[in-house]
Amino acid sequence: MQALHQKAKELLESGRAGVIVGYGKGSGDRVRPVFIRNAADVTKLMLDSRCRQNLSVYLSKPEIRKMGRPAIVAVPSVVKTIVQLISENQLKSEDLITLIVENGAVAELPDDASLEAYSASHPLVFPPTAQKEIETIEGMSLQQRFKYWQDELSRCFKCYACRAACPLCYCERCITDDNRPQWVCVASHAQGNFEWHMNRAMHLAGRCIECGSCTAACPVGIPIGLLTIEATRIVEQEFGYEPGLHCDAPSALSSFKVEDKESFIA
Amino acid sequence: MNFITQDNLLVFLKTLVDSGKELYAPQRKAEKVFFLPVEDAASIVFDYIQTTESPKDLLFPKVERLLSYDYDDGKIKVKDWAEGSKFSERVLFGSRPCDAIALKTLAEFFRLDMADPFVQQRQDALTIISVSCTKSDEFCFCTSVGAGPGDSRGSDILLTRVDDDRYLVECPTEKGKSLVESRKDLLEKGEEVERENYLAKTQQLFSHVEITKKLCGSFDSPAWNEASLRCLGCGACAYVCPVCSCFEIQDEGNNKKGDRLRCWDSCGFALFTLHTSGHNPRPTQTTRWRQRVMHKFSYMPERYNLIGCVGCGRCSRACPADMNLKEELSELSGSLEEIPQRFEDHP
Amino acid sequence: MSLSNIYNPYLMRIEKVTEEAPGVKTFRLNFVDDSDREKFIFKAGQFGEYSVFGEGESTFCIASSPTRKDYVECTFRETGRVTSALARKEAGDIIGFRGPYGNIFPLEEWKGKNLLFIAGGIALPPMRCVIWNALELRDRFKDITVLYGARTVEDLVYKYELDEWGKRADMKLVTTVDPGGETSDWKGKVGFVPTVLEQMAPSSSDTVAIVCGPPVMIKFTFPVLEKFGFTPEAIYTTLENKMKCGVGKCGRCNVGSVYVCKDGPVFTYRQLQSLPPEY
Repeated sequence: MQALHQKAKELLESGRAGVIVGYGKGSGDRVRPVFIRNAADVTKLMLDSRCRQNLSVYLSKPEIRKMGRPAIVAVPSVVKTIVQLISENQLKSEDLITLIVENGAVAELPDDASLEAYSASHPLVFPPTAQKEIETIEGMSLQQRFKYWQDELSRCFKCYACRAACPLCYCERCITDDNRPQWVCVASHAQGNFEWHMNRAMHLAGRCIECGSCTAACPVGIPIGLLTIEATRIVEQEFGYEPGLHCDAPSALSSFKVEDKESFIA
Repeated sequence: MNFITQDNLLVFLKTLVDSGKELYAPQRKAEKVFFLPVEDAASIVFDYIQTTESPKDLLFPKVERLLSYDYDDGKIKVKDWAEGSKFSERVLFGSRPCDAIALKTLAEFFRLDMADPFVQQRQDALTIISVSCTKSDEFCFCTSVGAGPGDSRGSDILLTRVDDDRYLVECPTEKGKSLVESRKDLLEKGEEVERENYLAKTQQLFSHVEITKKLCGSFDSPAWNEASLRCLGCGACAYVCPVCSCFEIQDEGNNKKGDRLRCWDSCGFALFTLHTSGHNPRPTQTTRWRQRVMHKFSYMPERYNLIGCVGCGRCSRACPADMNLKEELSELSGSLEEIPQRFEDHP
Repeated sequence: MSLSNIYNPYLMRIEKVTEEAPGVKTFRLNFVDDSDREKFIFKAGQFGEYSVFGEGESTFCIASSPTRKDYVECTFRETGRVTSALARKEAGDIIGFRGPYGNIFPLEEWKGKNLLFIAGGIALPPMRCVIWNALELRDRFKDITVLYGARTVEDLVYKYELDEWGKRADMKLVTTVDPGGETSDWKGKVGFVPTVLEQMAPSSSDTVAIVCGPPVMIKFTFPVLEKFGFTPEAIYTTLENKMKCGVGKCGRCNVGSVYVCKDGPVFTYRQLQSLPPEY
């Protein structure tokens, strides 16, 4: 922690960063996002295995942007998200300072190349329980899968915590907010819930970093990340495209190459 | 005094299920505890602190059909779902005292001025059997908002565990008394006990009266900005809260037929107060967080003499960004040592 | 016995559609059910929730005078989904109406006083109701003055009524359009409403001012009134906030502990001064 506190202190005192976005002590055993602006507060920063929430979601928050250039304590999923956000023109690597902490030492990833290199060498290790869940669902027939999701999504009450926690859901006006036409039913009945989650899975297909923040955010315990993860893996299989690796990658589902396969078009 | 054993309690609950009443009780799902319809009384759980979702959807469901319309032969017909609808008899088992007070507050709010018929009819058809809290956790703060782990307000029957397998049975209302009467063979008489001796020692950290006073002049305080920095503007806190009642009215259908629905909504959403012109009276998350706290602890008490919070702690447990209302209010109230312990006679 | 469903609308037939200005229409509505019409009472200042089944509800004031028993009128601008659906309706169509909601202009308290009505643009509708109400009880009040302005001549609403009011001997009407909004044959004034008001130099003695308009107009009108000695208690206005239920339950329109739908929409300037600026 010493190295991180020291680095944070230097960044703030030198004025290179206006705010350090990191993790600090939360309620009970939890950790929570912290926004350090005074050098005196850097000791609040911590980093351990509980620190998994994808903090890059705060990079698009207006109140945080007003604080000046952010330095973000980046776990591997955050680095991948930053690469993906750069490829989607939401960020530039020079507008933030990405800090990685490994073996007690702190390093900066100052540019696109270093971000890409780090992302490539740190594939996300999927929690074994989630991997098992995916395999279980993949072993189900389509009818069984539908029943599984009917059951899970019946608890959904459209709080949109999944959307709020996801750094890639940065649209200022979400498709659910449109009412001409009302693309997605507002109500949280079966149809409305399916419409929302199917939409979200399609909008994240090929973009989801698999950080698991949406599943962690869901207050009623729906493993909602499985949908976006599966959609992204299908994109990877079909189009050979993995998100979060290249800062200048084209968008998977809205770019077209002549060589794209057409085997599924009758 | 009346008591019931754990075994007889399960028999009692099974009787309710068999008699055709809809029974809702805490059951495990997805590693959390929810109030779910009971098919098998054996699936009811007792060893947990608090359910994830509140039981408010028994009075105020997440989707309520208000009316349906139908252009039959070009002539419109409107069906009113409050009229003549059968609101089935239900029993809620296992709510905590905080939940029962919250449901009472929620129903009272919906009764004000023009009474909402849906909430009223659902409340009339609901019997609430609460179980006092013998344990609380770091998120609970009922005693700081005028409630308590054994408070009987709002409950028709209140059970308090006094032994490994025995509950004290109290019936604060006629509804509760008559339900218990129907199976009084399951009760046993016993020596008087003091309910307070068996309750969780939930320390009072602040006084909600002091909070309301302090909030009075605090609208422009810069503290709101700091407090709301990590809030992501989702609706999780409002939706798990047993007192939150904001909603929206949404039409679903086409020019032939459809429904007008009432759906949950949250003041935390960015577009909640947005005018069609584009003007938004609460344009930042700071203003929206402030509204949440002020509404519950300042505006509602001022206007209706109702507190908008029962200290159940669900909002803090559910929040993906770890916003913690108890922590915030404790900080707001100042030094904790100044508040005398409420349960002074307990070690 | 079931409670009456407070969310259930009256069915109203559109009797007449008037195009007031580009994008602005007035509907004259009548109750489909005669017994509803007989029971219906409202007072000036109150509003309703008007709906197109399948599209939603929208909030407008009741723009006709409460002394007219045979119809209810509303005026709206086509802005969003519901107002666009309403704008597509024709005479003979049925829409929904819930109301009357809200508080009222306290005409009783204004007895014996001069009334100064100041309105801008699409905000004349809420005032039209109370102006007609006052005119129909004319001998209860001293002087009645109406100052009404819009961006351009085309944007003025209730043009035929402005003609009528202009010809009446028992009231004074001043109309104005923003600089650049005049046509070659425009006979009224040219200037922003607050500017024209200042030129009029209204006397505050025994006078009540009622102001409705877009926020920017209100912002510059209040200081002019104060300059001429109007106290905040003598200045009335209406607030608009996004509404859904209209009966103080959905939580959308609240400003501090006040609900615009229940405690408003009519407020004095003094009351506004004690509200948090969330409207």
